[in-house]
Amino acid sequence: MAAMKPVGPVLVQGATAPSENEGDLSLKQEEIARRGHYFMALQREVEDRIERKLYRQGKILGGVYVGRGQEAICVGAGLVSEQEDWLYPCHRDLGLYLVRGVTPREIFAQYMGRVGGLTRGREGNMHMGDLKRRIVAIISAMAASVPVATGTAMALKFQRSRNIVFNIFGDGATSRGDWHEGLNLASVQKAPVVFICNNNQYAYSTPLEKQMACEHVADRAVGYGMPGEIVDGNDVMAVYRAVKRAADRARAGEGPSLVECKTFRMTGHSAHDGGDYVPDHLWTEWGEKCPIVRIERVMLERGWTTREELEQVHARIKREADEAIEWAENSPYPDASTLTEDVYEGSR
Amino acid sequence: MAEITYLEAIRQGIWEEMERDSKVFCLGEDIGVYGGAFKITKGMLERFGEERIVDTPIAESAIVGAAIGASFAGMRPVAEMQFSDFITCAFDQIVNFAAKTRYRWNAPAPLVVRAPSGGGIHGGPYHSQNPEAWFVRTPGLKVVEPATAYDAKGLIKSAIRDNDPVIFFEHKKLYRAIKGEVPEGDYTVPLGKARLHREGKHIAVITYGAMVHVAAEAAEVLDREGVSLEILDLRTLLPLDEEAILASVKKCSRVLVFHEDTLTGGVGGEISARISEKAFEWLDAPVVRLAAPDTPVPFSPPLEEAFLPNAAKVIEKARWLAGY
Repeated sequence: MAAMKPVGPVLVQGATAPSENEGDLSLKQEEIARRGHYFMALQREVEDRIERKLYRQGKILGGVYVGRGQEAICVGAGLVSEQEDWLYPCHRDLGLYLVRGVTPREIFAQYMGRVGGLTRGREGNMHMGDLKRRIVAIISAMAASVPVATGTAMALKFQRSRNIVFNIFGDGATSRGDWHEGLNLASVQKAPVVFICNNNQYAYSTPLEKQMACEHVADRAVGYGMPGEIVDGNDVMAVYRAVKRAADRARAGEGPSLVECKTFRMTGHSAHDGGDYVPDHLWTEWGEKCPIVRIERVMLERGWTTREELEQVHARIKREADEAIEWAENSPYPDASTLTEDVYEGSR
Repeated sequence: MAEITYLEAIRQGIWEEMERDSKVFCLGEDIGVYGGAFKITKGMLERFGEERIVDTPIAESAIVGAAIGASFAGMRPVAEMQFSDFITCAFDQIVNFAAKTRYRWNAPAPLVVRAPSGGGIHGGPYHSQNPEAWFVRTPGLKVVEPATAYDAKGLIKSAIRDNDPVIFFEHKKLYRAIKGEVPEGDYTVPLGKARLHREGKHIAVITYGAMVHVAAEAAEVLDREGVSLEILDLRTLLPLDEEAILASVKKCSRVLVFHEDTLTGGVGGEISARISEKAFEWLDAPVVRLAAPDTPVPFSPPLEEAFLPNAAKVIEKARWLAGY
């Protein structure tokens, strides 16, 4: 196994190194840190329960893909989004759903194939969407969401809406034609969309150097005439800042941007994959950069929280998860007689 | 009532829908200043502006993908594939995204993908295909192909107003070859309903698109031989109008299922199977299929002529059926 390339230059500094121009934004920073911490910890807990408990108990069937270690990306982006903005998450972005208000109840029920899940048992795991909440479900072909997100952004521009689109995908997705077609169209159309890459350095078992020959995903932005920015994807404050800049740009009518968040997948590809192909030192190195531990350290250092308060947050999240799992297990399975409904409008 | 071409009928239908509903917009390659490769969108850029007549990069997957995304945000997109031969580039967006989104998470994708199809114009393997069968086996899509100017206008309007994704095949050879009386005002033709193109007694020809006219040409000849063809124009291929198909089958008891697309795995196989299952006891002869042979569409005139179904081939099959 060839050694992994080191993570490239981190151009955006997060909470660990306060940027200039912060001024009176420090209160806002505290709020971002607090909310970011909560949603990252909630994502971690919900996914731990799903992957390490319910899946192993046989209560969840099918694929399980979690975002362990990558929570700062979807949560940081989610915190930038406004309630009426459109979200196009990928399969490791549970935090984006949580920020938008999807409940752990609905998520557990989704994974268990129950009626109470977002797709009423029609779909499993992270293939969930809700038009009312403006969250669009992925399909399994990576990057297929990119042109679709672009189309939503084109519509918002046409409608003179102030709303924009957030589209998250992995590094592997950037190899597909849909990704390139989508970015190109978005840029030509100056569509108000923020493209966010979760670069966790592995696509299933394939490391980045077999995925692409350029050093950074962000390098590809120049080919589409849009700004590309690289950010420490394990720093929720840094992700927030970079995505905010891109979002402001989109809202101002200046078109799309590409934000590459460097991170690492602290799991195999899915629950059945131990990730044996990953060199040990990478687990150790990246384990030390856990985004939740990092933001807790910052919050404590700055006096934004106390150990006791953090413990209370974690305890509350555990209770929330317990209650949600119970609710989901009590949600019925869909009735087989509904099999043929909704293929078309009104079909029974 | 004005007599206009099949092409003009489609153009009129889209135009009227764009006037009626500001959510309707078109996107595709060369549809703006150029007015589209076949001039379907001619004059629309001047009338509706570049936000509603969107010239796109050469990227079929992005065209359909963007149409899906726009439909989620309340728009009514009409996406143009310059030739239906290029629709394969957008296959995943159509069959995996658009077709399944309502079923999966209750998110309708009301969009139209227009696709000029068909041979007989010396277009060769990549400007002549009839790819409808790929989509007919995809639950969640509707598949339409008009044969007349009247239906072309009425069906494109219904397709645009429909709340599910519709693949709208337009036969290129009919664009300027077929004229018909078409009302100027608003009317629609329902999706999912076949039309009896010609009443007959002896053989039911189940067909669609340009082959309706080929069958009609054959019917004139066969009439003189005392063989009366009934021609059912399906108009919509998904969902199939099974009721109309079975009615013609039961009436004539001899059936020719006929399309320009190649034979194996074509729509005709599905229609034949349904007839066998549901009207077997009415049949006086085996269900016969006529389709193009299982080859790519060749370019050189003698090869293309050999490839395409024509009236002589219909007559040959019909004589065999009549004598069975």
